Amino acid sequence: MEAVQRFTELSRQVMGFIYPNEIDIQWSILIVVYPYITGLVAGAFILASLVKVFNVKELQPTYRLAMLTALAFMLIAPLPLQLHLGRPERSYEMFMTPNLTSAMAMFGFVYLWYLMLVLLLEIYFEYRRDMIVWSSETTGLRKWLLKLLSLFSTDISEKAVAFDKKTVKVITIIGIPSAFLLHGYVGFIFGSIKANPWWSSVMMPVVFLFSAIVSGIAMVMLLYMIVKPLLGGKIDMKCLDKVASFLFYAVIVDFSIEVLDFIHRLYESEESIKILSQLVSTKLFMSLVVLQILLGMLLPLFVLAVIKILKLQEEVRKLLYFVCGLLIQLGIFSTRWNVVIGGQLFSKSFRGLTTYKMEMMGIEGFLVALVLLIIPFVILSILLKLLPPWKKEELTGN
Amino acid sequence: MERRDFLKNLCWVISAGGIMGGLTADAWATILNKDYDTTKHYYGMGIDIDKCIGCGRCMQACKTENDVPAAPFYFRTWVERYVIKTDNTVYVNTINMESVEMPDVFPEKEVLRSFFVPKLCNQCDHPPCVQVCPVGATFKTDDGVILVDSKRCIGCRYCIQACPYGARYLHPETRVADKCTFCYHRLVKGLLPVCVEVCPKQARVFGDLKSIASPLGRFSRMNKIHVLKPSLNTDPKVYYANLDGEVN
Repeated sequence: MEAVQRFTELSRQVMGFIYPNEIDIQWSILIVVYPYITGLVAGAFILASLVKVFNVKELQPTYRLAMLTALAFMLIAPLPLQLHLGRPERSYEMFMTPNLTSAMAMFGFVYLWYLMLVLLLEIYFEYRRDMIVWSSETTGLRKWLLKLLSLFSTDISEKAVAFDKKTVKVITIIGIPSAFLLHGYVGFIFGSIKANPWWSSVMMPVVFLFSAIVSGIAMVMLLYMIVKPLLGGKIDMKCLDKVASFLFYAVIVDFSIEVLDFIHRLYESEESIKILSQLVSTKLFMSLVVLQILLGMLLPLFVLAVIKILKLQEEVRKLLYFVCGLLIQLGIFSTRWNVVIGGQLFSKSFRGLTTYKMEMMGIEGFLVALVLLIIPFVILSILLKLLPPWKKEELTGN
Repeated sequence: MERRDFLKNLCWVISAGGIMGGLTADAWATILNKDYDTTKHYYGMGIDIDKCIGCGRCMQACKTENDVPAAPFYFRTWVERYVIKTDNTVYVNTINMESVEMPDVFPEKEVLRSFFVPKLCNQCDHPPCVQVCPVGATFKTDDGVILVDSKRCIGCRYCIQACPYGARYLHPETRVADKCTFCYHRLVKGLLPVCVEVCPKQARVFGDLKSIASPLGRFSRMNKIHVLKPSLNTDPKVYYANLDGEVN
């Protein structure tokens, strides 16, 4: 009876004709959260790699913070997928008997590669010396935790530290294509669905990748502005301006690619163009045109350009950077929403649009999604306590 | 136990788990009927649009036979009603489903063409659902039928996204993907799919593509055959006669 009631409610919001099995949206808010989170991981790592590989000295203060941010989000990344599965207790099958023709089957391997061989290893070598020093300076649980995390190594000789430094650089170099792979592959999952013209595009992995870079840089920028003063430090304006600069360029590239993708779709305009334009002008108008493009992209782009041109005061710059960071997060989350949900709102008969009613409480509902978005910050705060990103003298400014 | 032995045993347990995880395509048929030889058949279905009267008996019979949820959505097979008016506007709905927009009756002089189109899983020769399934729960049998191993499916719904025909759904009780199997449990016993059996107008023709004398062989000789969404190159094995270009 409940099902019939839900059906009647949903069918009232259906426009035109849809296939009968299409009344339910298959990939819900959790699948929106998933690419958003992995995007932040990839983006934060790319920012970190600017320091280690491309030697952008000004960004040094954000390096460790970016790495820890990437790790905090990475640890949560598989959770939305797991919670979304119809039979989560069988997820291990993906590792045991992966179907090698499926892009999704690669998830576990790409994930493990990135987590184990890139993030954890790089963070280990970056912090190894400090962990040994810190563990000798403190007592109790923290001491043992640090000892454990440093894998009980004790060598802080110059030679060993030099080796750490070199290794970090090598891992970062391997990490850059890995970060591209991680998020490019998430885009590939959507881009390779030929049956869905909103997704099926070779540009999809590229669009995913650049929006990931944008969101990651913006997130680290926000966190830097919040965390550093919280820990008693002062925001390094040179660093912040540089981060904002990179953010500005990344948004320009991202925007150009998205526009190119859009023009490509229009130019190709097959049988699907009618329904897609209907989709954009009705169901996705708010989230695509207003949130993603106007507020999430053009406005921050404009503001960042203004900051670059006019020599604004430090405090004003800080405020504007902060607002831009928030707007960009909003925009990139909308990007994920528009891809994932938008791609399911039109029927594969190309004759109608269905609707997505987000649950509030259910396992695939709003609250779970919200919790999933909050947990990484909790993890990050623990990581920051355990592995401080800045040394005491950096915080006091000496 | 020595470390070496432990590791060896661990490898055994893991690989045994992998093997237990699923049956081979062939083993399925053998479980259902041990005398059945999958290599001797290759199945397809023919549908004559001109014969379908939209009575919906196939939809009902399918739901009963295959434990498809009774709710007014979720179908392994359904029938679409098309009304094309003289001004070339097209109305489509699924019969037996409440429709907000489409009237039951149109003034006769306004109607250019009107017909019914039964739909089901197209049992593609190049099935996108099989390609994308991350665990191999969706597979193609040797006799050309696409099945879902419900004991293995993890319910990720990638296959539902990949199917261009809207033929798959997530079963609300088992929480795994479900779709038409051509009534595979009947086929291996030499019976017809239930939708074919109950059709009062013989609009559905079932047969073996390996046999030129089967009803399907005759059907394709006597009619010009079309498939749905041919541009996607999925090579469906559900063949339509008298299909209107409006149908997709």
